[in-house]
Amino acid sequence: MAHGIIHSHLPRVLVVRPPDSFYLYQSQHSHKFHFLKAWESPLPLDQFLSTHARNVQTMLSCGRFPIDVDLLCLLPSLRLVVTPSAGLNHIDLSECRSRGVAVANAGSVASCDVADLAVGLLIDVLRKISVADRYVKQGLWTSKTSYSLGSKLRGKRIGIVGLGSIGQEVAKRLEAFGCSISYNSRKQKQSFSYPFYSNVVELSANSDALVICCGLSDQTHHLINKEVLLALGKEGVIINVGRGAIIDEKEMVQCLVQGDIGGAGLDVFENEPSIPKELFAMDNVVLSPHRGAFTHETLTSMREIAVGNLEAFFSNKPLPSRVMDD
Amino acid sequence: MESICVLMPIPMNSYLEQELQKRFNLLKLWTAPQKPQFIKEHADSIRAVVGNSAAGADAELIEALPRLEIVSSFSVGVDKINLAKCREKGIRVTNTPDVLTEDVADLAIGLMLAVLRRLCESDRYVRSGKWKRGDYKLTTKFSGKTVGIIGLGRIGMAVAKRAEAFNCPICYYSRTEKSDTKYKYYPSVVELASNCQILVVACPLTEETRHIVNREVMNALGPKGVLINIGRGPHVDEPELVSALIEGRLGGAGLDVYEHEPEVPEELFGLENVVLLPHVGSATVETRKEMADLVLGNLEAHFSNKPLLTPLV
Repeated sequence: MAHGIIHSHLPRVLVVRPPDSFYLYQSQHSHKFHFLKAWESPLPLDQFLSTHARNVQTMLSCGRFPIDVDLLCLLPSLRLVVTPSAGLNHIDLSECRSRGVAVANAGSVASCDVADLAVGLLIDVLRKISVADRYVKQGLWTSKTSYSLGSKLRGKRIGIVGLGSIGQEVAKRLEAFGCSISYNSRKQKQSFSYPFYSNVVELSANSDALVICCGLSDQTHHLINKEVLLALGKEGVIINVGRGAIIDEKEMVQCLVQGDIGGAGLDVFENEPSIPKELFAMDNVVLSPHRGAFTHETLTSMREIAVGNLEAFFSNKPLPSRVMDD
Repeated sequence: MESICVLMPIPMNSYLEQELQKRFNLLKLWTAPQKPQFIKEHADSIRAVVGNSAAGADAELIEALPRLEIVSSFSVGVDKINLAKCREKGIRVTNTPDVLTEDVADLAIGLMLAVLRRLCESDRYVRSGKWKRGDYKLTTKFSGKTVGIIGLGRIGMAVAKRAEAFNCPICYYSRTEKSDTKYKYYPSVVELASNCQILVVACPLTEETRHIVNREVMNALGPKGVLINIGRGPHVDEPELVSALIEGRLGGAGLDVYEHEPEVPEELFGLENVVLLPHVGSATVETRKEMADLVLGNLEAHFSNKPLLTPLV
């Protein structure tokens, strides 16, 4: 199809790598936008961009491909980056800011799903759900055997790292199970009465489980280090639904191997899809392949909000989920 | 009290056994080479039976123990105890309500999340190395799904409270409508199943509730519906459940109980929309100790002529 001529009147959206279910963006919205699909071109990216994208004002990110200074240099007319993810660590936000490029993400549409996964992982680790399911499905349950006991949720002290949209949804859910909530965040949130710890080691020392809900930035890289893990203690559980690199993965694996922490529920890892092989042998660890936000319902919502941001931009309206500097 | 004979049919908890041994003469039926023989030998001295969800006191056992005064169950469900016979003979019955309510409710929610979000399957996916070859598929959102509860007793209410924190609308079926609750009532289980996406069994097992989840209910719940059983295996018509799942008439199931534990239909082992647990509803260190303390407390109260802590009969 000769996209360039037939659709030249449509506002153009650059797509370097396609986001999940991109075919749905195409089928549902190609009457609104002309998607410039860089990955389909035989040209190397920089050539494609200098040939076809000099006047492009908007870009739809796939949520993983880095939007860094090298890329931004090739897009002199860029005014907006839309990412269908909640996560922003693949985008050089300060570079975008200095170039006057607005960034819009998925806002909080994925927060319930990510919070649900965090709670699911915690219950799984404490009550040994995945390990017991394996046990039954291998035919190991007999009248002679009795399964090892798990640990009760009520009364567990939960330390939430990052009390943003996701952290707040996690807190609300776990309160219903009789857990007590404390948190660490960049700043204390006055509208919440949960105890605030300005220091993550202190939070950890006063928690039975840590739930990592913050974004990945220079400040949070390896925030969960050996000191934090040792403070969590031998019965402590760590749940990560943020980004792998928030935890010093090597240290965490060591702690698990040596029994310095009690267990882990992990949806994200430092080098996905590679996972430290030591974790495969562990029954006190539940592993999830980065599916926090990946339900049919939320992918649809993320797509809708991404399209909503593009539509707003092209109609000179305020962006529904612009990422503001804070 | 060391001379009082207490019969325990099967092992259930080592702390409970140790404590019973300290205070009474504990007779461990499972260690006997010939069980009927063992019962005959001790029939005149057994004054108490400690049962659980798997083994209680049926009519035959009760008849065989003329000096039986109390059956203390290490469970809240007493479907394995012939209550009518106990009433007839003036035998007291105690169970362990309240202390395990939350653990069972927690597990119900855990099962819902495990089934809808495929927690066990995706853990398997990662462990098998498949993630290196491609992403796991999309799953289904749990938050906001309508949860239908069969039986709005202690456990049913605890499930409702937790599900509400996930923005789930709650509806229920009960023998009679409850006036003190805001949840939507349906007068039949089929209607409840037609109007919810996740159906939870949380009622006691009685003659009336046997197979309360039958083929019609499963069809009403439908190809996108999920059944969670934290009650008793016989609440659900198990062969019908297996065919409903295999044929796709039912969307998924999270089961903690089965009709003939520990037998689990093998057809379910390979289904990725099914999570199977080995009856662990109350299986936490903390709760099992509380349950054991209740059993001990009830027995001590009985044999000291004090009021029972948690009597049923």
